[in-house]
Amino acid sequence: MAKTDTKTQTFARAGLTDEQLRQMLRNMLMQRQLDNRGFQLNRQGKVPFALGSEGHEALQAGAAMAFHRGKDILAPYYRDLGLALGIGLTPYEIMLSIFARADDHNGGRQFPNHYSSKAAGLMSFSSILAAHIPHAVGAAYAIQYRGEKGRAVLVTCGDGTTSEGEWHESMNFAAIHRLPLVMLVENNEWAISTPLDKQMAQPEIWKRAAGYGMPGVRFDGFDPIATYATVSEALDRARSGGGPTLVEGVCYRYLAHSTDDNDMTYRTKEEVAEHRKKDPVPRFEAVLIEQGVTSVDEIAAMKKDVLRETNEATDKAEAVPYPTPSELYTHLYEGAWQPWL
Amino acid sequence: MAVSTTSSTVMNNVEAVRATLYEAMKNDDRTIILGEDVGARGNVFLITKDFINEFGPQRVIDTPIAEASIVGIAVGMAMEGLRPIAEIQFADFIYPAFNQIVGEAAKTRYRSNGEYTCPLVIRTPYGGGVRGALSHSVSIEALFYHVPGLKIVAPAFPADVKGLLNAAIDDPDPVLFLEHKKTYRLIKGEVPDGHYTIPLGKASVLKEGTQLTVVSYGLYVHWALEAAQSLANEGMSIEVIDLRSIRPMDKGTILTSVEKTRKLLIVHEDNKFGGIGAEISAMVAEEALFHLDAPIRRHCAPDVPAMGYAEPLEHEYMSSPAKMAGAMRDLVKF
Repeated sequence: MAKTDTKTQTFARAGLTDEQLRQMLRNMLMQRQLDNRGFQLNRQGKVPFALGSEGHEALQAGAAMAFHRGKDILAPYYRDLGLALGIGLTPYEIMLSIFARADDHNGGRQFPNHYSSKAAGLMSFSSILAAHIPHAVGAAYAIQYRGEKGRAVLVTCGDGTTSEGEWHESMNFAAIHRLPLVMLVENNEWAISTPLDKQMAQPEIWKRAAGYGMPGVRFDGFDPIATYATVSEALDRARSGGGPTLVEGVCYRYLAHSTDDNDMTYRTKEEVAEHRKKDPVPRFEAVLIEQGVTSVDEIAAMKKDVLRETNEATDKAEAVPYPTPSELYTHLYEGAWQPWL
Repeated sequence: MAVSTTSSTVMNNVEAVRATLYEAMKNDDRTIILGEDVGARGNVFLITKDFINEFGPQRVIDTPIAEASIVGIAVGMAMEGLRPIAEIQFADFIYPAFNQIVGEAAKTRYRSNGEYTCPLVIRTPYGGGVRGALSHSVSIEALFYHVPGLKIVAPAFPADVKGLLNAAIDDPDPVLFLEHKKTYRLIKGEVPDGHYTIPLGKASVLKEGTQLTVVSYGLYVHWALEAAQSLANEGMSIEVIDLRSIRPMDKGTILTSVEKTRKLLIVHEDNKFGGIGAEISAMVAEEALFHLDAPIRRHCAPDVPAMGYAEPLEHEYMSSPAKMAGAMRDLVKF
């Protein structure tokens, strides 16, 4: 397990190069900028809805670095901006989703953050929690059945989703068949307004793995290197026929559930402020500066570049037209739509 | 049956399902069967008996008792290039899988703008008359009928079972394939040898007539046919249509018939309220009202949850050829 211990100056980088470490930081900065942009556009009245993953940046940047592009499959949930970026979706594709434009992968049909890209290996999913987890299991089964060595499925969810029956059913089936699957739980302590102690009596989700007969690991989801190390190890095991793993990253949801939520109705400013002290973005910046991987100036330039790219993606996506009304009638079944009545 | 081949074999419906699944497993190694007790037991009706020995446990999966994920895992397999055939042991057990069918399978193509598809068959035995009580005899079609993105098939004859199941397996979208369990061993017929398909959404006119159109599907097709034939002795000329596919609806066949006979009776085992007959009635009222000489009538199950286990309760719930003949006679004489 990698540790980033700035006090003792030991720096376990889990085999990541300086370039990879900087890529992870850039992904984290991009997540924060795009999240911010979504909320801004909502306040400007340009989009009806936005949803952020602030607090999940390190976890997602680290997990995405463990993903093998062109090989692995990602079955994410709706708070996975950093994973989508990290496996290859561009800020422009993200903005098309936010603006619900015609060129969006979903043709502007789905809520923002419900990414889909067959080219990137990102499975389409709905807003119904845990419904995608059996899909990931089915995909992992297909990989195993076809004997495709070196491939695995990374499926993610929040802590709230682990209460669903399909979560259990999926874990059980994956373990029985030793499928090439990694179940990554992003534990941010809140299921909209419901805290962990009302979701489960035993709050360490990773411990459930033992009940299914698979390895379980918990890691600090504010540490991208620890995340990378843990998810990499689990994915490598899955890719080499070692079966599934349950990995739980502990993070925190800094923002309200969405632009339609007011989190001050169920938690306090003090609680959020306490977790802000551990904010993974400045924390990782400090680590990389301290270790000489990057510098204050380089980070400033990186932030400027992230803002530029966000602005360009925003303007470019906003200029794309909406889908035409006739698009309501496409892709229901194969072939042309016909009303059955 | 619009099928002409040189040879055929007599089979019952259960044998037709089995033979068709066997052929699909033989012909395409992307085909995977998954469900409860489909492997060593060979399905509770022995439909997949010995499949596991021939095709192996990777292709014939005995799943845990978990209907939502039986369908959910099949959806994932379909999204990643396999051709799964999921079995729900009894249609009554399909409710836990409702979201996977309605919220996921039916919307996969639509929500991803065509990037992902879900070529999936969900087979399940439904229907009563077998002392199946409240939870082994229900009809579930109306619950799924409302859902764009699904196709629903409910054949009555062995040759249709084969042709429609082949079409369902070939179909690039999710199909709910309903097998009436009372017809499994009761109904026998000639089944053409070799591979053939019957298009989804094509009804079959089983008996031509001029005074009344009767539309049905499943077990009740057989009873409706028996009733219509008995009324021929009373000089009544009744046309009987087997829908075969519930959705897509074969509007053309129904309208052509109603425009000729000018009267319509819909007969089904499922509840009347909000059932398939309601949609057909509305369609005919919208499209052919001025061809009608009588009100459209529906002869369907009463508005109770299901048939009871006790024989009189089942009997009261179910129709019969005699009850159907009564409904037909009334409408002819209207």
